[in-house]
Amino acid sequence: MSDETGAAAGTEAEAPGTERRVRVVLVDDHRMFRTGVQAEIGRTEVTGVEVVGEAADVDQAVTVITATRPEVVLLDVHLPGGGGVEVLRRCASLMAASEDPVRFLALSVSDAAEDVIGVIRGGARGYVTKTITGTDLVDSIFRVQEGDAVFSPRLAGFVLDAFASTDAPPVDEDLDRLTQREREVLRLIARGYAYKEIAKQLYISVKTVESHVSAVLRKLQLSNRHELTRWATARRLV
Amino acid sequence: MSATARVTETDEPPVRRLYRSADGRWLGGVARGLAGHLGLPVVWVRVLFVVLSFSNGLGIVLYAVFWIVVPLGVGGRSAPRSLFEETPDGRRRLRKPDSGQVVALIALGIGIAALVGNVSVDNETGRYIWPLLLIAVGVVLVWRQADNARRASWTDSGRHRRALQVARGLVGVGLVGTGLAVFVVVRGSVAQLGTAVTASVAVLTGIALLAGPWLVRMSQDLSDERTMRIRAQERAEVAAHVHDSVLHTLTLIQRNADDAGEVRRLARAQERELRNWLYKPEGTGRDEEPETLAEAVKRAAAEVEDKHGVPLEVVVVGDCPLDEKLTAQMQAAREAMVNAAKYGGEGGAVQVYAEVEGRMVFVSVRDRGPGFDLDAVPEDRMGVRESIIGRMQRNGGTARLRSPQGGGTEVELEMERADG
Repeated sequence: MSDETGAAAGTEAEAPGTERRVRVVLVDDHRMFRTGVQAEIGRTEVTGVEVVGEAADVDQAVTVITATRPEVVLLDVHLPGGGGVEVLRRCASLMAASEDPVRFLALSVSDAAEDVIGVIRGGARGYVTKTITGTDLVDSIFRVQEGDAVFSPRLAGFVLDAFASTDAPPVDEDLDRLTQREREVLRLIARGYAYKEIAKQLYISVKTVESHVSAVLRKLQLSNRHELTRWATARRLV
Repeated sequence: MSATARVTETDEPPVRRLYRSADGRWLGGVARGLAGHLGLPVVWVRVLFVVLSFSNGLGIVLYAVFWIVVPLGVGGRSAPRSLFEETPDGRRRLRKPDSGQVVALIALGIGIAALVGNVSVDNETGRYIWPLLLIAVGVVLVWRQADNARRASWTDSGRHRRALQVARGLVGVGLVGTGLAVFVVVRGSVAQLGTAVTASVAVLTGIALLAGPWLVRMSQDLSDERTMRIRAQERAEVAAHVHDSVLHTLTLIQRNADDAGEVRRLARAQERELRNWLYKPEGTGRDEEPETLAEAVKRAAAEVEDKHGVPLEVVVVGDCPLDEKLTAQMQAAREAMVNAAKYGGEGGAVQVYAEVEGRMVFVSVRDRGPGFDLDAVPEDRMGVRESIIGRMQRNGGTARLRSPQGGGTEVELEMERADG
């Protein structure tokens, strides 16, 4: 039982034997879904993921997260009590902690761009849809735990769209633009390539791909142009 | 609605109401509307108006009054109000004021001027003309206001527009009041002006004070009722949709529980439809031809997904209207999706990516199947060579097939848009 992460998603496989463990809190208002995810990823001896807590609404989530201090929180976008964004806002200090920061991975059934961009801008390290396979999810959890960003193809598409379709001059040149390389990486993610394949395609290392993706995430979170939000709202009307 | 249709042609409709005719009109549709209502030839009515115009401009005044007072209709039906008065969003209405009404008011002005010019020679009557005019304008303003208010009850009007409406109403009332005051004054003497004005202001204030609270409460009740109705309508629509599609699908799934493939197909199709409905409120028309690239890509992917039972993950960046070349590209893309679903579907979801960047449109279709070697495909297999590569080249685009050694096939299609 050593193939724990399913190489398909493309991180460098860890040497067998190195014990990788990650403590996870599941936040989702659907009990069925939490049970399903538990069953799929929570077999700690196989996947290395230990589900240490569950929550069904914003208040519960904040309580459980503060009490258990997990490494990764799987956060649903739609929650009673203000949604995932509210959880992120209230846990801001935990995210910013210099030692063992809590990291958030948004996990949503929603297709709506403003939901997705909302949680990412709120500080989530990545976004995956609920159709993701168990192995890919486990892999994403580990990537987030290591401080990396996780973009699903759809999120990459949203980001490309948001950064491409602006006529207004950027407020901050450094933040409001994606470099050529970052665009290429995003485009390949949107086309469904795994990090390893992207590295091969662009003749760069997986580490470099990771740093590009992290840079994009940072720009997405810090970029102070309001077009992002406006774009997201406009998108819904299209 | 259909019962009162076509008053213009027939005399039978049970309820004959006078409308201005929206079709076949020259100016305001008054003559045609009247003709339809009275069952006379249009020409007669028109001639009558023209003839009347020569007697002190009476025809013009009459026409203008009809134009203002009589609502517009098609034959006997109410016109789709959007045609003339009600636009879906308030802004458009502001930008495009009702030009017909403006013309009508101008005509009214001319007619009145003619009338006054003729009548005011007589000193005795001349004194009453102006107060009467003031009253008339005031009444027209208030009436128009009432009409606007009814219209506004359907479009949620903004705050300052509502203020404008109130102001217009007040101006109308003010004009009527002034007119009445002046009327009283000219009958008596100028010395009584102050008293008359004070009296009418006092009466108006009294009425406002008495009626005010009642009016406010009524308008609140009305808006509450409206909110409730809208909410109920929305709920009914959601219920209808859930019933029509979701429940049916769930029933089908229960019936086909043993057939995993069929269940998956049903669930996927239903998920897609529901998403479409939830996130794009107006995009319920499933049967129209797609008009933009994004729609076309999603449509093609959905159809392939349904037919071949392989999930396709679609990501679209940017969008643009479809032109002839892009339609060809869509056909090629569809072919590529079919191939990917048929030969590469067992490796997982097929990835479809479309991007509009400036004038270029890029589409890639990627599967994780066993791979594909174009050179190894016999010459007579026309699918890829003709439907994808050939079609793209004939329309001035390019198609590339790649099979990375990791397995899988990727088709890349690039096309330049016909116009910006």
